[in-house]
Amino acid sequence: MKQKFQMMDATSRDDFMTYAGLVLAYVIVSVLAATGALNSQMKGLLVPLCVYAIMAISLNLVVGILGELSIGHAGFMCVGAFASAFFSKVTVGGMPDLLRFIIAILIGGVVAGIFGFLIGIPVLRLRGDYLAIVTLAFGEIIKNIINVLYIGRDKAGYHFSVTSANDLGMDLANGEIIVNGPQGITGTPKSATFTIAFVVLMISLIVVLNLIHSRDGRAIMSVRDNAIAAESVGINITKYKLIAFTISAVIAGFAGAIYAHNLATLIATPARFGYNMSIMFLVFVVLGGIGNTRGSIIAAVALTLIPEVLRFMSNYRMLIYSIVLIVIMLINWSPEVKGLLDKYVYSRIPFLHKFKAKEGK
Amino acid sequence: MKKMKKFMGLALSCVLAAGLLAGCGGSGSGSSSGTAASDDGEQKWIIGEIGPVTGPVAVYGQDVADAGKIAVDEINAAGGINGYQIEYITADDEHDAEKAVNAYNSLKDKGMQILVGTVTSAPCTAVGAVTVEDNMFQLTPSGSSKDCIANDNAFAVCFNDPQQGTKSAEYLAEHFPGMTIASIYDSSDIYSSGIETNFEARAKELGLNVVVTEAFTQDTATDFSAQLQKMKDAGADLVFLPIYYSNAATILTQCNNIGFAPTFFGCDGMDGILSMENFDTSLAEGLMLLTPFAADATDDLTVNFVKQFSDAYGRTPNQFGADAYDAFYALKAAIEKADLTPEMSASDLCDALKTAITEIEVEGLTGTITWAATGEPDKEPKAVVIKNGAYVSLES
Repeated sequence: MKQKFQMMDATSRDDFMTYAGLVLAYVIVSVLAATGALNSQMKGLLVPLCVYAIMAISLNLVVGILGELSIGHAGFMCVGAFASAFFSKVTVGGMPDLLRFIIAILIGGVVAGIFGFLIGIPVLRLRGDYLAIVTLAFGEIIKNIINVLYIGRDKAGYHFSVTSANDLGMDLANGEIIVNGPQGITGTPKSATFTIAFVVLMISLIVVLNLIHSRDGRAIMSVRDNAIAAESVGINITKYKLIAFTISAVIAGFAGAIYAHNLATLIATPARFGYNMSIMFLVFVVLGGIGNTRGSIIAAVALTLIPEVLRFMSNYRMLIYSIVLIVIMLINWSPEVKGLLDKYVYSRIPFLHKFKAKEGK
Repeated sequence: MKKMKKFMGLALSCVLAAGLLAGCGGSGSGSSSGTAASDDGEQKWIIGEIGPVTGPVAVYGQDVADAGKIAVDEINAAGGINGYQIEYITADDEHDAEKAVNAYNSLKDKGMQILVGTVTSAPCTAVGAVTVEDNMFQLTPSGSSKDCIANDNAFAVCFNDPQQGTKSAEYLAEHFPGMTIASIYDSSDIYSSGIETNFEARAKELGLNVVVTEAFTQDTATDFSAQLQKMKDAGADLVFLPIYYSNAATILTQCNNIGFAPTFFGCDGMDGILSMENFDTSLAEGLMLLTPFAADATDDLTVNFVKQFSDAYGRTPNQFGADAYDAFYALKAAIEKADLTPEMSASDLCDALKTAITEIEVEGLTGTITWAATGEPDKEPKAVVIKNGAYVSLES
């Protein structure tokens, strides 16, 4: 085993560490939960943690690997969430719960993927910051469309309206309103479990890491590093950009589907699925190290946990949260702090030698 | 650089691990059975409250939390409920469904037996789905969407949105017949669109002359000039505002700027407009709102509550605070009715309270309240008008 481990090349070893770390975390947390050592607050956070980790992986693929800026990723999550919740509301009771949930996740991913693909076709042909502008608009448009969308179902079939629930013209006594404008979708079955969320997280991770190390992944990174050089060796820039962006959207759709099946209300508000949430995902990626998938996951988990763990500070917790963010940002990029760490920490402790910053790097 | 990132990864994972440990550390004190005992072994009621004390609608959560504190202190000073003191624990939900569920879980870890919350509708529905699983009794002071009380363990102190829309239309038909009415609502908000939908339906039945219905969303809530101009051109003399006070303040200011001065009529979300910062309250002069509570009422209960509240917090309580105050007295009455003790588990308490609350009648700040098994309260709506910068009851 050890020999095999040493035979792996550096990147495979690195990936292996990421997988192993996650599985280990999963096992430890599951054991803690099963033995009752985990309090309900932590138990309640497990699924959201997975959702945000998946979003971090998804956005890292676009920002870190493809090198394009997306500030509307909450929009893809939103599309996936609503598509899957709609499916679940319509089919609940019609098939086994687990099967329905798996199909719902797939639907969430596919619908988000279609949107990603459609948006990518025109925008990814351009060079520059156009993707940022368009995804920003997309996120806001999706949120507003969902807020005026009314879909109801009764014996006569489905009714649609973009004005108000009264305009659906349906028999409210014998039917139900599934998507109720700004009230969103209420009563989505709570199918999401930590295990399913973790499995989706692992699948997303495996897909992304394998993509990065594949021939296609190297092509994608070459587009990021130097588009002209990449084009000169015959790489179809638009195609590779589209591949990465669509995969990222699909993964965001998965995250949305799990999110939707974890809460009884699904509403597209400015705080949820708005610009702020997209920026939060971007913070995960930037803080975790752009292009560093493992770092993004850790940042997502840490930044989701901090405000919850700080609940005992009541009103000061949001203040502390912002201070923690600023401090981490400063430490992450400050040469002075790096120098101090090199001098006093890395060089003193043999185990940490390898982390020492090298000259000229 | 790459090494540095690795180190930061390591550091962050330490933070994460520490966070997990800190989280686990709390589990010792949180008894899953829901039976409560304070440090000295004495039995206590542990009642939790969840509401937004940060974020866009913090005024509501703050008032509910503070008014709850006043009610709890009063009850404790008078000997508690059935001889047991109340321990009052609160958590912030930032007016967000996911955060509200987190807040609920953290309170549960502290041994909460009964939940008074949550304050706003969307979080309340999300928490409701969890409380029904735990069979935890939930009494929301102000969660007004119908979904908040969809489960049989959930009850509300305030009117729900459909009730408010219908009652508003009826009130206008009775007191302002023949007026040209315009309405503007927030289509991105549950509360606002919930009222508007039912107002429209009822107004049509009653033959009210609604000429313009305009919508806005939270993204466009800074400039209302287009909508207001349209209302002005249509010659509206009454504008119905089923919206929260923060947007209403902007609307009132902009109406003043374009010289449009109709009668304004709002719902309970308008409550709080006078305590808003940087708002010229003279613009709200003559604004009417349908709310079950008026801080200027002269009955002993209201006078006492308003005095205690303003002494303690230096501001006048709004209707949300009054609802919260009533919620605690309703719990007291229901617990005494069913003769319960804090040794019982949260689930047993819930089963007993579900029946007991339908059998009581509470003389509260917001009127005489009784409950149906559906969770809806029954009480009379009151209209108040703003006069000389204060809420004054509008006698019908």
